[in-house]
Amino acid sequence: MITNIAKTFLKAPRSAQLGFIIIAINLFALAFAPALAPFTETEIIGKVWEPGIWAMDCSEEAIELHGACWSQLNDDRMDGKAWLGTDHIGRDLFTRLLYGARNTISIALVITGLSFLVGMTFGFLAATMRGWVDQIISRMVDILMAFPTLIFALIVLSVAGTSIPVLIVVIALLDSTRVFRLSRAVAMDITVMEFVEVARVRGEKLMWVMWREILPSTLPPLVAEFGLRFCFVFLFISALSFLGLGLQPPTADWGSMVKENSGAISFGVYNPLIPAAAIAFLTIGINLVVDWFLRKAAGLREEY
Amino acid sequence: MDSLTILIVKRLAFGLLTLFVISVLILLGVEMLPGDLAQALLGQQATQESLAAIRLELGLDQPLHVRYFDWLGNILQWDLGTSLANRREVADLIGTRLANTLFLASNAAIIAVPLSIFLGMLAALYRDSLFDKIISMTTLMTISVPEFLVAYILIVFLSVEFSIFPSMADWSSNAGFWERLYAVFLPVMTLVLVVVAHMMRLTRAAIINVLTRPYIETAQLKGMKRSWVIMYHALPNALAPIINVVVINLAYLVVGVVVVEVVFVYPGLGQLMVDSVSKRDLPVVQASGLIFASTYVMLNLTADILSIIANPRLRHPM
Repeated sequence: MITNIAKTFLKAPRSAQLGFIIIAINLFALAFAPALAPFTETEIIGKVWEPGIWAMDCSEEAIELHGACWSQLNDDRMDGKAWLGTDHIGRDLFTRLLYGARNTISIALVITGLSFLVGMTFGFLAATMRGWVDQIISRMVDILMAFPTLIFALIVLSVAGTSIPVLIVVIALLDSTRVFRLSRAVAMDITVMEFVEVARVRGEKLMWVMWREILPSTLPPLVAEFGLRFCFVFLFISALSFLGLGLQPPTADWGSMVKENSGAISFGVYNPLIPAAAIAFLTIGINLVVDWFLRKAAGLREEY
Repeated sequence: MDSLTILIVKRLAFGLLTLFVISVLILLGVEMLPGDLAQALLGQQATQESLAAIRLELGLDQPLHVRYFDWLGNILQWDLGTSLANRREVADLIGTRLANTLFLASNAAIIAVPLSIFLGMLAALYRDSLFDKIISMTTLMTISVPEFLVAYILIVFLSVEFSIFPSMADWSSNAGFWERLYAVFLPVMTLVLVVVAHMMRLTRAAIINVLTRPYIETAQLKGMKRSWVIMYHALPNALAPIINVVVINLAYLVVGVVVVEVVFVYPGLGQLMVDSVSKRDLPVVQASGLIFASTYVMLNLTADILSIIANPRLRHPM
């Protein structure tokens, strides 16, 4: 298993390797946030918007203020300092970033998983049953897709209030329409193949046909889609949090961290750019891997 | 009726149905959600009298279909109700803000559309060149980056480090056209950067898709000039997907303004809607949601109809 992963990794092009490393870093942060973080999620450790060590010059005043500068990064004096700076109420930005990875990524994973469960079930169902079942589901999806996602989410949140379960259900439902489209289209091509016909004639149940005959053949495009949908969901939650309607404080979350600290920018303190860059970093990494995966799944045919 | 008209009529009917369903969902979605709306708005401490008063004000005592048609009739007369937060007419609140949002979105569209079609065609013609690769990489970057990061990077460089453009896109009420244009420069740039990449990528794909067709090869083999092949054979067939891409991105722009308006504290409809969502000011949310959603639906409808009309095979059926 591990040697297989290593082999795939070494054979992949540079861009995909970079993507894998980015994803690995994020998953590592997600798994070990409490162990890696120098402080706790809500601990106030310093002044408001202290610049990080990266932005600090090594002048005497700076050293006096922070007790260290970037050239002393491995020094003992760095213990207990915020080396990415502090946020709008003096919490450690690095700690919040680690916990933010944990909160934002895991919620995005739950949403994408739920969206695939719903979207694929209905997509395969529509493709296998055809006829009026397909018609009804497809027309309902058409109408849902005609609704701009962000606006729909805003309306629901204004009525139901912002809570994590509401966020998960709303975004998963909206996103599952896209998954439905793809899984239906892919499964349509599979259901006309002989082996599915054989399974049906053999008298297999609908669930069995969907699960054992159709699913395995549709996996590659769906796996790639999972990456892309995850990126979309992740950016979407970040945008909602940025608007103040996603995860609520004091939970650390990358989108809300940008929003809370955005005032610092006009003072020339660029701390809020760090969580924003973290969001971009992860989505770029996933896109690089998905790009490579799609090209590989297409059998290295000429790519447009 | 020929097949083209039938297609268009079908599409129009579906568009109208979508608009109807959206309006029903926006008004009655309130009903389907759990809990009592009046209670949710006023909180646990609300007295029976105030609960009854707000139910009466929102018309919660009326049956559903009556409320729907009342609401729809009022909306069609531009009577959007009163805001729960500050008792002002929603139509007054929305009026200037809608104009501001359209000003922002149309400026972005005027720059983004020609730019992305031009770049997309160049990328398709010089496929696999360095230029093409740079474009694909930039596209990947801008698709992955959240809008607010693009916005803040622009603010950092053009507003904080070099004070060329203002980071707050607001103006006094007597500001002239050029002054306003100057004030919205950064938000417009943000929207352009976000949209161009996507439009360009799809334009490129549409043209390349057409260039690989057999009839293009035939034209080339009979010795036609490359520029003529593109003008007479490739472009008319690529037009439908390109128009589609453009209008869909315009629809995206209308919704994408929400985040950008919040970043730049721009007095537009998106900002108003976000504020009203956190205040749970339902009449404002419903009205602005309806405006956003119907603009989006109409633009998508236009895209589909234009691409039906622009498709040469549908216009000249065998």
